[in-house]
Amino acid sequence: MKIAVPVDDKRLESGICPSFGRTPYFLIFNTDTNEACFLDNSAAASQGGAGIKAAQAIVDAEVNTLLTPRCGENAEEVLSKAEVLIYKTISGTAQQNIDAYRAEQLLPLNEFHKGFHGHEK
Amino acid sequence: MVMKNNGIKIAVLSGKGGTGKTLISVNLASVAEKAVYIDCDVDEPNGHLFFKPKNVNSEKIAIKMPLVSEDLCNGCRKCVDFCKFNALAFIKNRPYVFEDVCHSCGACLLVCPEKALTEKEKIIGEIKNGISGNVTVNTGILKPGEESGVPIIKRLLENSKAGEDLLTIIDCPPGSNCVVMESIKDADYCVLAAEPTIFGVHNLNMVYELVKLFNKPYGVVLNKCLSGENPAEKFCIEKNIPILGRIMFENELGELNSDAKIASRESGKYKALFSSLLQSVVKEVRHEAAVNP
Repeated sequence: MKIAVPVDDKRLESGICPSFGRTPYFLIFNTDTNEACFLDNSAAASQGGAGIKAAQAIVDAEVNTLLTPRCGENAEEVLSKAEVLIYKTISGTAQQNIDAYRAEQLLPLNEFHKGFHGHEK
Repeated sequence: MVMKNNGIKIAVLSGKGGTGKTLISVNLASVAEKAVYIDCDVDEPNGHLFFKPKNVNSEKIAIKMPLVSEDLCNGCRKCVDFCKFNALAFIKNRPYVFEDVCHSCGACLLVCPEKALTEKEKIIGEIKNGISGNVTVNTGILKPGEESGVPIIKRLLENSKAGEDLLTIIDCPPGSNCVVMESIKDADYCVLAAEPTIFGVHNLNMVYELVKLFNKPYGVVLNKCLSGENPAEKFCIEKNIPILGRIMFENELGELNSDAKIASRESGKYKALFSSLLQSVVKEVRHEAAVNP
């Protein structure tokens, strides 16, 4: 199965990007092969609807589980329709979060924020 | 010399709420011989509370939303990939529309090779018009929860073209975003309402930059003036912005206003104040028209 994580850098040791929709990259980790690849997030430059576009990229990459610190309502709608599970990250690197997820230490994310409508927070 | 104010469109705006846009707009319209007042503050229009218009007509405003026909859609995804606003997502072989992100541009209908997209109407608010003495009162009302009042403002300003030979006062929404830009687009002159505080200056600067960007002639009304230093006045002097008038911070005006009364209809003093303000604005507009025809 595939796990996606929004990351600041293209490294497994990268910190988690606080924004899902506007993260520069997604780490896609395949637990069957233990292979990691990085996806440029083209949604980062969107004027609006970044969360929807980023979620679309996750769905298109056939990801099963997303680990993210937070996520907007629209992105959540796309992900849940596509049956992608969402877990809340903890402090630490992307690798540490993947390990924590595999050790069943992460909790499902169940709070979703409204869009920022172009007002970056 | 009696100055004609026919056909002039004056927009009243400010960087934040509560600076006196509605006070100024309502009173400028009231002291004119005949005027059209347009409340473009569609999130919370309040000019009608003062005018209490009669013979009110209402018109619902709808926008178009794409509707996917699952029978016709072949899952080619062209609409999803084309949408500039990311308002469509493609999940399990079918497109989903996110109505709060959609800008009703209709592009998805054009790119669909199967004609699987049609448009449905979505009511986002209404406009009301009525009469209050010498003033035709037009109010835009956005339904709570709707994203953008721009389509309502467009219709308000379109409808007002019928009264083009009259003085038109446009009461703008607060701030300097899309709805404000839409409201001032056709204005001949912009009146900026300013408060005498540092915060007030920050907000004044926002609308000052906006009207410069739009190449609109503009001037400031200093509202809530107290004795002592007025940071907004200082700002105007520094930037060489014309000061059109001053409204003092006084109980009498505050009471009239909180009773939803129109100051210039209740008191000779305020009638004189706002008549002179209207004259100053009209003079500026005429001057502008002579210098930049």
